[in-house]
Amino acid sequence: MTETVHDLDVRRQLCPIPVIKTQNRVNQLAQGDVLRVTCTDPGALNDIPAWCRINGHEVLETRREDHEVVITLKVGEPSVAL
Amino acid sequence: MSEAATPIAHPEPLQRRAVALVSGGLDSMLAVKVMQEQGIHVEGVNFFTGFCVEGHTHAIRKKDQDKNKRNNALWVAEKLGIKLHIVDISEEYKDVVLNPKHGYGANLNPCLDCKIFMVNQATLMLNKARELAGEKGFDFIVTGEVVGQRPKSQRKETMPIISSESGADDRLLRPLSARNLPETLPEREGWVDREQLFDFSGRNRKPQMALAKRFGLEEYAQPAGGCCFLTDESYSNKLADLWRARNERRYELDDIMLLKVGRHIRPARHYKLIISREEGENRFLEGYRYQFTSLTTASCPGPLALVDGVFESDDELRQAAAIVARYSKGRADDEVVVEVKEPGGVAREVAVAPARPDQIPLHWNVG
Repeated sequence: MTETVHDLDVRRQLCPIPVIKTQNRVNQLAQGDVLRVTCTDPGALNDIPAWCRINGHEVLETRREDHEVVITLKVGEPSVAL
Repeated sequence: MSEAATPIAHPEPLQRRAVALVSGGLDSMLAVKVMQEQGIHVEGVNFFTGFCVEGHTHAIRKKDQDKNKRNNALWVAEKLGIKLHIVDISEEYKDVVLNPKHGYGANLNPCLDCKIFMVNQATLMLNKARELAGEKGFDFIVTGEVVGQRPKSQRKETMPIISSESGADDRLLRPLSARNLPETLPEREGWVDREQLFDFSGRNRKPQMALAKRFGLEEYAQPAGGCCFLTDESYSNKLADLWRARNERRYELDDIMLLKVGRHIRPARHYKLIISREEGENRFLEGYRYQFTSLTTASCPGPLALVDGVFESDDELRQAAAIVARYSKGRADDEVVVEVKEPGGVAREVAVAPARPDQIPLHWNVG
């Protein structure tokens, strides 16, 4: 089965907005879906992987290209939302 | 052959669950840890108001690029092994800033209303989770509040106001100060042991630091001046200026983000210049050129400036260009060429003499 890759553009938005938008998007996706997030706030390079680790999602790749940061993650098990 | 005795099932005691307001600072971190020590399952919630300090200026300014840009709430959550829900309340929060029932602190900080609002949001989340998941929902709310720590919101007389006006009532527990306060539901029901809670009070941070040491928490954030821009005098002045200029108290998220960036100079009520101070701010303001008229120097390196408002004459445009030239590398030149571009329009150039310091009165500097 081919995994679905979704894109999220949060360029020019400052943390924690990229994290919040990632969180909200992940909540709409299915387990196993892949989300590629493009940001310009370098803080996202720490924050989105940290958010993934504490919420059970897998970071597949992080890379920095000039002034952009791209984080690719795989959606983990859904949790009971607060 | 006798039948093997069927073991009597002893149901595991239900693990109680708490929602904790996690700011990323030491107090909320300790409050969570105290609950975990008592076997409580804790999940964190962190609210984004738009005014959160959280390293925004570090993220923008080039000279700060090497500084640690972690989000402290996420860092705390990971350190303590709890989930963290970050919630964007920036839209609903406007009413707290614009119409605080309990008034402002030293600046435009509506601290008491803010705390009531946040605990109320947590209460709504708790109620919703209880509705959806019953006993697998959440039982109570935890905050790191300490009696007497903050002059506006954390006083002995404001603690019950927060509990009642937020709707949390006795489901709100402050583990660090609980023994200075009336018993709450989790204590009465024996979900937590009141004797193992604390009686911290006042602005002295030594008890918190000692407790952190006891828990083996060596590293924690110590934000200078709190975690909200509204407690900052210069920021509050810029917000008040924005309201005066618009003749009404309102703001959008972009407005309050832009107040965190650049040098703000208001030569007239109907327009203000937001001038970048370095490369990182330049890049940040660049993203707003599709919304604002912008000025930048063409004949020499210089800042990018956004115009918040409109020029009522060509003289005003030339005055703005001269101010921008003043902050460029060509400030000592006789003439600097400034490019002026309206959103979606064609750029045009004006040649001006850079403004002298005495042509930019101090009171034009907002903040």
